Amino acid sequence: MAGEPTNGNDQRPAISVSHLTMAYGSFVLMRDLNFTVNHGDVFIIMGGSGSGKSTLLRHLIGLNEAAQGEIVYGVENFTKADPAKRQEILRRTGVLFQSGALWSSMTLAENVGLALEEYTDLNPEEIREIASLKLALVGLKGFEDYYPSEISGGMQKRAGLARAMALDPEILFFDEPSAGLDPISSRLLDDLILELRDSLGATVVVVTHELASIFTIGNNSVFLDADTRTMIAGGDPKKLLAHPPNPTVHRFLTRGEGEQI
Amino acid sequence: MAEQDQVSFQRGNDTTLLIHLSGVWRLRGGMTSDVTVQQELERSPQPARVAFEVQNLTHWDSSILTFLTNVSELCRQHGIAMDRAGLPAGVRRLLELAEAVPEKKGARKEDVEISFLERVGNTAIDAGDSVGEMLKFLGEMSVTFVRLFRMNVRFRAVDLFLLIQQCGAQALPIVTLISFLVGVILAFVGAVQLRQFGAQIYVADLVGIAMVREMGAMMTGIIMAGRTGAAFAAQLGTMKVTQELDAFTTMGFSPLEFLVLPRVIALVLMMPLLCLYSDFVGILGGAAIGVGMLNLSWTTYFRETTNAINLTGLFGGVFKSSVYGVLIALSGCLRGIQCGNSSSAVGDAATSAVVTGIVAIVAACGVFALVFYVLGI
Repeated sequence: MAGEPTNGNDQRPAISVSHLTMAYGSFVLMRDLNFTVNHGDVFIIMGGSGSGKSTLLRHLIGLNEAAQGEIVYGVENFTKADPAKRQEILRRTGVLFQSGALWSSMTLAENVGLALEEYTDLNPEEIREIASLKLALVGLKGFEDYYPSEISGGMQKRAGLARAMALDPEILFFDEPSAGLDPISSRLLDDLILELRDSLGATVVVVTHELASIFTIGNNSVFLDADTRTMIAGGDPKKLLAHPPNPTVHRFLTRGEGEQI
Repeated sequence: MAEQDQVSFQRGNDTTLLIHLSGVWRLRGGMTSDVTVQQELERSPQPARVAFEVQNLTHWDSSILTFLTNVSELCRQHGIAMDRAGLPAGVRRLLELAEAVPEKKGARKEDVEISFLERVGNTAIDAGDSVGEMLKFLGEMSVTFVRLFRMNVRFRAVDLFLLIQQCGAQALPIVTLISFLVGVILAFVGAVQLRQFGAQIYVADLVGIAMVREMGAMMTGIIMAGRTGAAFAAQLGTMKVTQELDAFTTMGFSPLEFLVLPRVIALVLMMPLLCLYSDFVGILGGAAIGVGMLNLSWTTYFRETTNAINLTGLFGGVFKSSVYGVLIALSGCLRGIQCGNSSSAVGDAATSAVVTGIVAIVAACGVFALVFYVLGI
C-alpha cells in the first residue's frame, strides 16, 4: 500500500530514464533524455506545445515503445520487461489522461471499482465502499451512479483521478491536469495533487505547461525543447527561474514578458 | 449611395508618386486590383518614393490591407520607398503586424508531384501494412479465443447482455422488413416465370429453398454489417479518440478481451436466431404473394414449403450466419481499434467496417457455396 511506502528507505529513484530516444517511424521527436524522478517528487514534464511532453508520458506508461534507451522503475527495467512484468510494474501506477478518459458505458463507481474487482478479492459491497471513498477524496461524494456524460469536464477529470488512485498507486501520472479547467478548478486540482502526495506518500509526474501549476506544485522537472529535440534543462522549476540555464527556458518560465518577442 | 473605392495618382514635381485612396473600401464591394499601381510605378520617370493621401477615404476593411500589402510588395520589387505616414493609424498598425513575423522558410506546403509508379508503390506498401495489422489482430484474437475456451477471460457480463440486446432484439424490426420484402421479391420473380408453365405452386419451393439456404443468412449478415458492424467501429473508434482504450491498456485490461470478445460472442449468439427469424419472415413474404396473387391456399403453400426445405439446408444457413457474425464483429472491431485520432477518422472507421464486413460476407458465401457443393449438401 502506498500509505506506508515499502521502499521508503530505498535510495534508488522511483523512475530513472537514460538515453531515451522517442521516434515515430523514422521521425525522431526527442533524443537522449536523461532524468530521474525521486520518491515523493512532484516531477514536472514541461516544454512548448508539440515538444513531445505527452509522448514522453506515453513512453513512461508503456503505450509507446522507446526507440532507444531505457526506463527503469526502482530496480526493475521497464523497457526490457516482458508484457506480464510490465503489467505488474504498471499496477503500482495510476494515470489521469488529458480528457479524463472515463469509460463512458460505466458509472463513476464502476469506473473506479473495475481495477479493484480485477486485482483484489474484495466483494462487491466492499468495492463499492472503496469506490465511494475514492470519489469522496476528489470531492465527488454522492455521484457514484452518474455516468461520465452526465457530469462536467472538471468533475470528469476528478473522477479520472479517483480511478487512477483506485489501487493506491505509488506513482501517479497526470497528463495536462489543468487543460480545459477554469483557474479556480485548476488550482483546486493542484492542491489535491499536493495533498495526495503528502498523505499517500505517492510520487507524482505531471505533464503541463501551466506556469502557475509548475511553480506551485513542482519540485523537480525536465524541460523538453522542440527546436533542439532534446531536454535542455532539469531540476527545481523555482531554481530554474532564478538561474535560467539558457534563454529558451527563461523565456518559457517568464512567459517572454519584458522582452520583444 | 456609397461611393465606390477609388484609386488615383498624382505626380509631384519631385520624384514622389502620391496615391489618393478614396471612397468606401469593402470586401463585399469586390477587391481592387493593383494593376494600375504597377503600371504607374513602371511608367517613366520611375518614382523614388510612394506616399498616400486618404482625405476622402470614408470606410475601410481588409480589402484595403490586401491592396496595400500588394503595393508594398511591388514597391519592394522595384526598389521604391513606401511612405506610410499618410495612411490611417489603424491601417498602418495592421500592416506592421502582418509584416512583424517574416514568412517561415519551408513552411509553405508545396505541391509535390508524385509519379504514378511512386503512388502505386506507396499504395502497395500501405496495403501490405494493413494486411500485417489485420493478421496481428486475428492472431491476438485467436489467443483470446483459446483463453475463452479455457474460461480464463474477463469482461463484464453486463456489457455482454447489453450487446446481446443491441444486436439481437433491437435488430428485429429492420430484419423483419428486409426479409419480408426479399421473400416477396423472390416470389414475384418466380411467379412471372412459373405461371407460364402453370407451375405456380413451385414458387413455394423457390422462396423456401432460397431463403433457408442463402438469402436468410446473407440478408441478415448485410443488415448487421451496416447496423452493428458500423456501430462497433464507431464505439471503439471513439474510445480510441477519448483515450478510453489507453486507459484499459495501462490498467492491465486487454481491449481485445474486454471489448472485442463480448461483441463477437453477442453476434455469434444472435446471428443464428436472427437468421432463423429471417427465414421464417421471408417465407411468410413469399406466401403472401402465393396466396394473394397466385390463388394458392395457405395450407398448400406451407405443405409445399415443408416438402422443399430440409434440415441440412436449414442448419447450413444457420451455421453460415454464425460465421458471418464472427466476420462482422471482427471487421467492425478491427477498424475501430485501427481508428486514427480525430472525429473524421471515426467516420472513416465506420465506413471501412461496413465495407470490410460486406466483402468478408460475400467472400465467405462464395467459399461456402464451393464447400457445400463438394460435400454434396
